[in-house]
Amino acid sequence: MIRFTKVNKWYGPDHALIDIDVVIPQGEVVVVCGPSGSGKSTFLRTINRLENIQEGRILVDGTDIYDPKLNVNRFRQKIGFVFQQFNLFPHLNVLDNICCAPIKVAGKSKAQARALGLQLLERVGLEHKAQAYPQQLSGGQQQRVAIARALAMEPPIMLFDEPTSALDPEMVGEVLQVMKQLAKGGMTMVCVTHEMGFAREVADRILFMDAGRIEEDSVPDVFFANPRHPRARAFVADLSGH
Amino acid sequence: MWDIIQNHYQLLLLGTFPQGPLGGLALTLVLSILGLCISFPLSILLALGRLSKFPPVYYLATTIVYVVRGTPLLMLIFWSYFLLPLLIGNTVNPFVTLLCSLVIYEAAYLSEVVRAGIVALPPGQAEAARALGFGRAKTMIYIVLPQAIYNMLPSIVSQFASLIKETSLGYVISVHELTSAANRLNSELLTKPFEVFAILALTYFLVCSTVTFIAHVLERRIAKRRQGQSITPSRVHRDQIYESQ
Amino acid sequence: MAFLELIEGGYGQQFIKGIQFTLVLASASWMLAMVVAIVLAAVRNLGGVWLQRFVTLYVAYHRNVPMLVHVLLWYFGISNLLPLAWQDLALDHGGEVIFAAIAIGLCSSAYFTEDIRSGIRAVATGQTEASRALGFGSVSSMVHIILPQAFRAALPALVNNTVVLFKNTSMAMAIGVAELTYVTKEIENATFLTFPTYATATLFYIGGSLCIMLIGEHIARRLQFRGG
Repeated sequence: MIRFTKVNKWYGPDHALIDIDVVIPQGEVVVVCGPSGSGKSTFLRTINRLENIQEGRILVDGTDIYDPKLNVNRFRQKIGFVFQQFNLFPHLNVLDNICCAPIKVAGKSKAQARALGLQLLERVGLEHKAQAYPQQLSGGQQQRVAIARALAMEPPIMLFDEPTSALDPEMVGEVLQVMKQLAKGGMTMVCVTHEMGFAREVADRILFMDAGRIEEDSVPDVFFANPRHPRARAFVADLSGH
Repeated sequence: MWDIIQNHYQLLLLGTFPQGPLGGLALTLVLSILGLCISFPLSILLALGRLSKFPPVYYLATTIVYVVRGTPLLMLIFWSYFLLPLLIGNTVNPFVTLLCSLVIYEAAYLSEVVRAGIVALPPGQAEAARALGFGRAKTMIYIVLPQAIYNMLPSIVSQFASLIKETSLGYVISVHELTSAANRLNSELLTKPFEVFAILALTYFLVCSTVTFIAHVLERRIAKRRQGQSITPSRVHRDQIYESQ
Repeated sequence: MAFLELIEGGYGQQFIKGIQFTLVLASASWMLAMVVAIVLAAVRNLGGVWLQRFVTLYVAYHRNVPMLVHVLLWYFGISNLLPLAWQDLALDHGGEVIFAAIAIGLCSSAYFTEDIRSGIRAVATGQTEASRALGFGSVSSMVHIILPQAFRAALPALVNNTVVLFKNTSMAMAIGVAELTYVTKEIENATFLTFPTYATATLFYIGGSLCIMLIGEHIARRLQFRGG
């Protein structure tokens, strides 16, 4: 479903992504981990073209995402993105945050969008907050709304960029809970995260990145028990130290 | 001073209305409100032009803003007096000339306010909108501009106060606003120039400080509303750019 | 072209005279404004409650009344309150320029002092404590430690308001000061060569504004190197 072929990206002189080759089939839950600065977020953001690449090809569902005939906006409707900083729209209430894209971008009717929006709010456990404004919610609640907002476009793929890193520890659980449910429901997910408990529980695959390269690509059991790359070994050892 | 006000308040407030056209403070306010309403959409266009990545648009917008900001309003009024009849093909009355000059002048200054508001917005907002599939235009219209303008509301209200002050230049081209009315009063009374002009100054002081006060109240309200977000339009920033007079 | 006609007609001299007046007026007003602004800023910081209230009122009054009205009030109103001997003296010695300079200078001082105040606020509070701990008195810590740093922070705003002051000299034409805008109108009335006349004046104002901004940037860069 997502295919990276020899992808390279530079930030000026900095080689941020080096020869990325990876295929993520439909329905797979992939966790991307690694030390900071390894390029995990950059890798994730190239999938929906929030970042550009200089070399290589990225195919999503068979389409080259840099095909000049591709309508970027319509393409992005098919990919849900959840940000570390939630990025909810403060001038809209929770329900409007969730419905604004379906109405204004996908052209759904207000009634349709609201029905779906309320459904999604129920799924993330926040139906009673529909009329509240983002500033009135806790971090965990805001992130759950952000996930609902992304899901409202009914995308086949969901991308998560360190969704719990900006949260106080006691709120991490509620967000991971929503993500686990999504994973068990068969969604194709790529998550950049440090939450290894989550990875162990629901990930089908773990990509370990270091200095712009994917150094390790294996199933969780193998990765945590017996990582091959020295940096990966250090990383896993560090984790169990906590 | 008090009896001057008592005897002549009508001239100062309304000009020669109803025997003649509207004047005085009423005309000042009409000019200011019209000026703000017409220049505001123009300022948004200019701000977007200054943020454009398309070189001709960027250079055009930037040139307009720099030229207008570098020219005294009085010069701009003279230019309008000269150019408007040429453009319209008919004589143009001073009220329209003054209004056009004010609109152009304010649009340039307001565009800097709007631009600052757009730039100060956390980039995550536009990113989230693009990630949802909003195109560049829709992102600007539904997500960026509403927030930017709301955040810049105190500065916009301050610019309105500046606009009220700028209408005083109607004195130079015989538009019968407040300053002209005071001047007319002075030529009638002849022996009390200090009292007349002091009343004039106090009137502007009362009107503009009320507007400025509203701006401060708005700023505090908005800062409270926006608590917990990374954008706080600080006082320093606001005063730096936005005083056109 | 029409510009040549202007120069041939000897109007170049008139323009230059007008520019001279503009520059004199702008410089005089600016110096008055800066001096008053610094004094007010210091008073605000060091004075008691009543002095601070006075400064706040001063600033509020000058910022909420249009520059033109200040000029008119000083020239027509306050001059009238002076003893007749002084009035005659003023009339003989270019009173318009003096009153215009006072009006523009005092009005601008209100904006300048607010800029300085913002600059002072931008200086970390630890600086005052540190300087007092070292033994600086309140006045000397203000002068030697706070104000230099505040000035650096306030520079962009001060430059902006200097440009505004420069443009506001055009208001003096309303009371007959023969500065550039006044001269421009006179030449235009005489020659009807509206476009070149206005264009020359406009170019000068824009050029002047750009110069002021460039000087500001130059000063900012020099202050940077000193380790600001």
